[in-house]
Amino acid sequence: MFYNEEFETLPRPALEALQLKRLQSVLERVYANVPFYKALFERYGVRPADIQGLDDLQRLPFTTKQDMRDSYPYGLFAAPMDEIVRIHASSGTTGKPTVVGYTHRDIETWSELMARSFVAAGAHKGDIIHNAYGYGLFTGGLGAHYGAERLGASVIPISGGNTKRQIMIMQDFGSTVLTCTPSYSLFMAEEAKAEGVDFKKLKLRVGIFGAEPWSEAMRGEIEAKLNLAAIDIYGLSEIMGPGVAIECIEAKQGLHIWEDHFIPEIINPQTGQRLAEGERGELVITTITKQGIPLIRYRTRDITSLTYEPCICGRSHARITRMSGRSDDMLIIRGVNVFPSQIEAILVGIEGVEPHYLLVVDRIGNLDTLEVQVEVDERLFSDEVKVLQRLAKQIEKEIKDMLGVTCSAKLVEPKTIQRSEGKAKRVIDNRKL
Amino acid sequence: MKVEQISIFIENKSGRLAEITRILGDAGINIRALSLADTSDFGILRLIVNDVEKAKSVLKECGFTVNKTEVIAVEVPDRPGGLSCILQALDTDRINVEYMYAFVERCAGNAVIIFRFDDTDKAIHTLTGSGFTILEGERLYSM
Repeated sequence: MFYNEEFETLPRPALEALQLKRLQSVLERVYANVPFYKALFERYGVRPADIQGLDDLQRLPFTTKQDMRDSYPYGLFAAPMDEIVRIHASSGTTGKPTVVGYTHRDIETWSELMARSFVAAGAHKGDIIHNAYGYGLFTGGLGAHYGAERLGASVIPISGGNTKRQIMIMQDFGSTVLTCTPSYSLFMAEEAKAEGVDFKKLKLRVGIFGAEPWSEAMRGEIEAKLNLAAIDIYGLSEIMGPGVAIECIEAKQGLHIWEDHFIPEIINPQTGQRLAEGERGELVITTITKQGIPLIRYRTRDITSLTYEPCICGRSHARITRMSGRSDDMLIIRGVNVFPSQIEAILVGIEGVEPHYLLVVDRIGNLDTLEVQVEVDERLFSDEVKVLQRLAKQIEKEIKDMLGVTCSAKLVEPKTIQRSEGKAKRVIDNRKL
Repeated sequence: MKVEQISIFIENKSGRLAEITRILGDAGINIRALSLADTSDFGILRLIVNDVEKAKSVLKECGFTVNKTEVIAVEVPDRPGGLSCILQALDTDRINVEYMYAFVERCAGNAVIIFRFDDTDKAIHTLTGSGFTILEGERLYSM
């Protein structure tokens, strides 16, 4: 089944011709409208007219998250603000978020790509889509919502949290498709079990899971516990949001990336050199139809590989394999992107806290946990228990307020956190994905 | 009128108390009184010792976080209601006790209690005004 059969099955020569035409057009636009890109291209001695074939893409410089931060908030927008109809944001590497803007046409494109993704996952008009991705600045909730409406399905905009109510609604409303993070789906399964609700008796048929890395083993567990087909979806707000790539239910072998809107490349994260098909490296994406904030060769920091092998589903679009990690130190905790540098900035901001800290990430009962260990030195220490407890609470609250992630702060004795030569080890990730 | 107390931050893991008492013992420091406040994650060990500065420096050398705090040692009549009249006098003047613990030795037939108040100077004023005996640090360390 397809949502837009013509484009989803476009033969590769036609698809590549379309990509080149769109790439040339977006390059002209960013060169003319975004001073950052004009200056960047000039620094690298390349002009949009130099790009005569898709291979010439390699002559262009990369765009990074740091570039987005330097242009905060609207510096990379290529459309005037009166054409921007939506603004989303995701975690930056320090206090300021990464901001993206969408024109009306961008929202239309996103809705279509998300509708295509739903169909690829096995959903259709008539489905009742239980959308438990968070609604807000995070792209997950609204991205899936618009796609579901475009498809003509009935969408339940339940957002995240309040698991007991989620289960009641799934049961009573007859939800057939579930969208949320993979770890939350397993948490729901446990809650349902405790409530005496049997997932086998629910009408759920398909689950579309993303926003955090997961594994084949976890797919097996989700499919067994929730009694549905579990499909992997990929997206990031910088590029669009959810629906950049999706597995097809026919093969469940890699995620089709919608190549009529995005050009994927895999590079060696150290050298920046492009890698061959099948080689594992960092995913780089060029958006070729976006108006609000088109990005040229954006470094996603996600590690994957790319294949152009034909797929049994009939889609001609390349597939990326399941994400296997990051080329930077970003952590994904319950779907929230967290950089250790953000936590460090918060700790430094709390008076007296020396940034000797360690982040311990684990997965307990299918939910990610974050423990922030902070060494107690003489400036922080008090002979009164309540003063220390207040400090721990303050750390927890500020991290929750700034990053939206719940953590537990643990005060530890000085020098208990290991110091290695040079860069201190700041993160211990005990999750087995 | 004030007594110096040292407090030490300890994580809730086995062997920490043994380690601290070993360090103090090796340095020839005698513990005169102690109290341990514990939470699920950490504890605070408070000590009255015969040599505050030495105790502080040997513990710091071994990597412990140590603070010095001023507390008050009060003689409490060793009879029913003895402690109660002290607390009533403090309550009347709205002085809050942060924590308290008993001293091992007696002094002139009376018990000795270590107090940490929210307002130490006001507490001294109240207690001496009500006729209670506050012990000097030097006397206490050598008792």
